[in-house]
Amino acid sequence: MQISANRNLNRPRLRGRKLTDDTPWAMLMLAPNIIGFFMFMVFPILATLFFSFTEYDLIGAPKIIGLDNYVELFRDPIIATTLNNTLVFTLITVPIGMAFSLLLAIFLDQKIAFKRFYRGAYFLPSITSMVAVSIVWQWIYNPEFGLMNYLLSFVGIRGITWLSSSSTSLLSLAIVNIWKSAGYNMMLFLAGLQGISNTYYEAGQLDGASKWKQFIHITLPMLSPTTFFIFIMSVISSFQVFDSVILMTKGGPGRSSSVLVHYLYQNAFQYFSMGYACAIAYLLFFIVLLVTMLNMRLERKIKEIF
Amino acid sequence: MNIKTKRIGTQVLSHLVLILGALIMLMPFIWMLTTSFKGLHEVFVIPPKWFGERLVWENYLQISSRFDYLAYFLNSIKVSVWVVFFQLLTSAMAGFAFARLNFRFRNQMFLLYLATMMVPMHVIIIPNFLQMRIYGLVNTLWSLMIPPMVSAFGTFLLRQFFITVPKDMDEAARIDGCTPLGIFFKICLPMAGSTIATLAIFSFMGIWNDYFTPLIYISNAVHYTLPLGLASMKGMYSTDWPVLMAATCISILPVLIAFLFAQDAFVKGVMLSGLKE
Repeated sequence: MQISANRNLNRPRLRGRKLTDDTPWAMLMLAPNIIGFFMFMVFPILATLFFSFTEYDLIGAPKIIGLDNYVELFRDPIIATTLNNTLVFTLITVPIGMAFSLLLAIFLDQKIAFKRFYRGAYFLPSITSMVAVSIVWQWIYNPEFGLMNYLLSFVGIRGITWLSSSSTSLLSLAIVNIWKSAGYNMMLFLAGLQGISNTYYEAGQLDGASKWKQFIHITLPMLSPTTFFIFIMSVISSFQVFDSVILMTKGGPGRSSSVLVHYLYQNAFQYFSMGYACAIAYLLFFIVLLVTMLNMRLERKIKEIF
Repeated sequence: MNIKTKRIGTQVLSHLVLILGALIMLMPFIWMLTTSFKGLHEVFVIPPKWFGERLVWENYLQISSRFDYLAYFLNSIKVSVWVVFFQLLTSAMAGFAFARLNFRFRNQMFLLYLATMMVPMHVIIIPNFLQMRIYGLVNTLWSLMIPPMVSAFGTFLLRQFFITVPKDMDEAARIDGCTPLGIFFKICLPMAGSTIATLAIFSFMGIWNDYFTPLIYISNAVHYTLPLGLASMKGMYSTDWPVLMAATCISILPVLIAFLFAQDAFVKGVMLSGLKE
């Protein structure tokens, strides 16, 4: 009662001055955050754009060369190779990863014993560092003594040299990344599934729809916002894949598993062509932006259909 | 077939699928653990053996004689604790200001924070490296500790929480002469416990597992963090798998313990990170 009385007393004064102006307090509380935000986020985004128009090797001063770096992006055959590898990597990881995590989520989305255990087990790879993961998987992929080839030998497949052959290196990395992110996506799917009201299924059952029919006509359409969200996040993150590459194959053999960010890293911190690396960074930025916008439009379309 | 047996059938089938899934997800960890207790001669055998003849604890004792594991561990702890503390502090204060104070350009400013969350980290890493180089901080732990003290995502997360706290209370407090800073510390912050715990766990996990940033900033082994040290150990002793696996197992422990004690905060964090877009 006290509070509401006070509020009523306060109202006219507030309305007279429109709203209290908290600028001094806001400045005080925001200052540390904004200083860091501008120094290490906003300024670097603009600086990268500036450097992308220069040639800079860390020794001399940056030399402005106009659009040369961007022209080079189109001519450089390594950009074509790494872009292609990134795309292939995305095409493997995203659909398989999403199908796998959706499957786990569907079976977990029911009253079932040991739910917490299953959920924890699936999530474990997501909380483990890529360094730890890469060490174990390199041992699993060992062509002679590794677990992978041993298990495959039961179905008659033998002698795959996973990480050290140019035909399988990218696939090997894709498998590790699918495994690592499945639990995270599973959790998002699970939340989406739990958000679907039971009444739809009850109505479906009354109409005599089979489980499969219910899945196709109720679950999938109702889940589409979640699915789209996971899709876009997966595409964006697989375009930025780097840690597993540098840790397990270093982009090799040859350039068979070299992806866009790996080439960016090499240009910046091995060849010291900072300007060119910045242009690659903006190419990546542009792709991410494109995927985001494409997805927003697609999502609207799909919503109209259902 | 009656409904009850059908139900049991579905349950059995579900468990079969779920157990298969758990096996796929856990197999590498089991393999890591059992290998860490094997003797070297038990590792290079065909076909691979799941378990060694006895538990070779010595592998764990040998880690520290092989490389400076303890120093890397301490570096990682130092960086993580520092970053988590400051990220929480700056995010909570700014989140509060964005949610509850009136000032010019508030919404435009917050929109800028949202927009930067979409930017890949690789777009900002080069200028940040150049900055740190100018300040002479490359190859020190400061280069890992200073830039992440502010997090756009953390600010967003806390702002979203503070906006849900009813405003009646701070209006009352203001009339009693309480400053916005007082409202923040006395009223709002104590209510934000679970959001702060979620952010703390996620930012700890991110910093503890981070390999990319230290790879770029740190080349002197004295300042290695655990992921960097572990990766360099892999390069040097890539044939001594048992000791390497023992070191790997220990590196996972801190995050694993955090996860076991706060599984629900993790789950909540995943859902909240889903709000990012």
